[in-house]
Amino acid sequence: MVQDLLESSAGLFNFGIFFILAVILLFVILGFVTMAILAERKVLGFMQGRYGPSHVGGKWGLLQSVADVVKLLVKEDLIPKAADRPLFIIAPVIAFAPSFMVMATIPLTDKLQFADLNVGVLYYVAVSGLTIVGMLMAGWASNNKYSLLGGMRAAAQMISYEIPLVMSVLGVILLSGSLSLNDIVETQRESGWFILWQPIAFIVFFIAATAELNRVPFDLAEAENELVAGFHTEYSGFRWAMFMLAEYVYMFAMSALITVIFLGGWLPLPFMGFIPGAVWFALKFSVVVYILIWFRATFPRIRADQLMEFAWKVLLPVALGNIFLTALIKEIFLK
Amino acid sequence: MIRTEEMLLNVGPQHPSTHGVFRLVLKIDGEIIVEAKPVIGYLHRGTEKLAEDLQYTQIIPYTDRMDYVSAMTNNYVIVHAVETMMGIQVPERAEYLRVLAMELNRVASHLLWWGTFILDFGATSPLLYAFRDREMILNLLNELSGARLTFNYMRVGGVKWDAPEGWLEKVAEFVPYLRGQLKGYHQLVSGNEIFLNRTKGIGKYTKEDAINYSLSGANLRSTGVKWDLRKDEPYSIYDRFDFDVVTREEGDALARYYCRLGEIEESLKIIEQALEQFPKEGEIMAKVPKIIKAPKGEAFVRIEGSRGEIGCYISSDGKKEPYRLKFRRPSFYNLQILPKLLEGESISNLIAILGAVDIVLGEVDG
Repeated sequence: MVQDLLESSAGLFNFGIFFILAVILLFVILGFVTMAILAERKVLGFMQGRYGPSHVGGKWGLLQSVADVVKLLVKEDLIPKAADRPLFIIAPVIAFAPSFMVMATIPLTDKLQFADLNVGVLYYVAVSGLTIVGMLMAGWASNNKYSLLGGMRAAAQMISYEIPLVMSVLGVILLSGSLSLNDIVETQRESGWFILWQPIAFIVFFIAATAELNRVPFDLAEAENELVAGFHTEYSGFRWAMFMLAEYVYMFAMSALITVIFLGGWLPLPFMGFIPGAVWFALKFSVVVYILIWFRATFPRIRADQLMEFAWKVLLPVALGNIFLTALIKEIFLK
Repeated sequence: MIRTEEMLLNVGPQHPSTHGVFRLVLKIDGEIIVEAKPVIGYLHRGTEKLAEDLQYTQIIPYTDRMDYVSAMTNNYVIVHAVETMMGIQVPERAEYLRVLAMELNRVASHLLWWGTFILDFGATSPLLYAFRDREMILNLLNELSGARLTFNYMRVGGVKWDAPEGWLEKVAEFVPYLRGQLKGYHQLVSGNEIFLNRTKGIGKYTKEDAINYSLSGANLRSTGVKWDLRKDEPYSIYDRFDFDVVTREEGDALARYYCRLGEIEESLKIIEQALEQFPKEGEIMAKVPKIIKAPKGEAFVRIEGSRGEIGCYISSDGKKEPYRLKFRRPSFYNLQILPKLLEGESISNLIAILGAVDIVLGEVDG
């Protein structure tokens, strides 16, 4: 359906349909975000020997995130006097918008995808790179030294980790011969999941993705114990919620991307084809999210200079080596 | 040519990793610290001055609030000083109860340090594990003294309460439990590559520096100086126990980490032996006059607290209040080396170094 729409001429009606679909997707994702925050708190609680949310909305605290959002919405909107007002206001929007834009290319199942771009991977990486502008803006506009340091750290980190991220995925692209996420999944139907063919790429990608997501052990930009809260120190209420929202939407997007590229997207395990693709996607996706939460419960934070060293001296060479190896194997064995 | 500028950064007094109201004025170049100036005094309550108007028994609760993480040792140092002046012989049972309380409190204090030290690196789970186990100790001490943090348990001549029924058995059960937990702690944190990278070689100082700066406790022992007042100048009944003084040679944050975890194990040894030797019956208070008056003169005693040597100096003119009271508060002395350690380090290392020193602001500010 989406494909037909994309190919049909632009008109008010088609625009309307797209708008409605986008709104639905937004709500699905917001629903996910509230659940993801709850899941994170529950899983963390489980790992740390405590309960997690257990009062609002039944004994599983199902409505805890909703209550939190309501609280954030009705909170007083504070803008520091010395802040750069326009930048301060626009920064959370700039940080949030790309996180939602990248969702367009992610194929949730073979039919459920908004835009099957033939450069899907490239689009994802390029658009997600925009978020850093928002963070840097927030860091600068807050007129707070901690924020500034946090913003600078975020910028340095994003730039450093984007490179191994792209380099690692190149191995997959060499094998699939396409940048389109749909094609990448379809290739895995015959060859098996790329996590088997590209284990090195998977590890590099996962690490770089964690760094991109600003999550433990790479959460330097908002290192609470060093920089108070990094670039969003001065933010509160709904503006702060926008940053958090962006973070969790990225978590959604990145987990989905890992699922698509390495775990075969909606493809079932052998002989389990009777379970619909969407369920498979959700399952694999949940595993990735769980691992990310697990990281958070386990690791301490890496130091800023070690972070850089790790990206440039370890991840990048490994990723480059992987490309070389993949090309070699493809040339010799798969021709 | 890019123009760079040094920036002035105020860390604290309200900051997540200053462990209280401690302020550091940093001159930073990018993220590198050029100069660090500690500012203290935000929690100053004038304990020493207040004590001049208080009777000796009334001073004890004030000591609870100095190092509020390990109040038992503070309790002990003041009663020990008065007892030394008056020449009071404390009953056996009271001494054992005191040692048990102090060692349990030392373990609790080190557990808290362990949790927060690793929390400073951004790992949240260890803090909760440490707190879970510390909670058990606090419950034990609660049963003993009726308070969880500010115990006010010791009195001149003995202790306020006898151990409630079944308390000793509970402590005996707790010791092997914590030993097991400690193994888990080591598995969880000690081998973690990120943790090692962040602590190895960080905040390093030599034996000479440590002595020149008058450091004590694990801060001193991490450089290889084998100095523990429980062993070298035994007070109370510490000469009856067999335990080691944990030292490391490296003098960095990791060495301090190992020293403190090692000390927990040694404290557990002491607790075990104290439980074995615990006298079945006996008094918990010596015969002391209703109104305690230290004889004219002065005395200085020092003991091994959780953070280092706690000293207490009393100058008395024979009244029921001291003429002058002075505490040697180990955190305050340990903190002095900080500016020297911070120079040329990055902000990320700042928290590792400060965390490894282990300060309690109540004690620093007095």
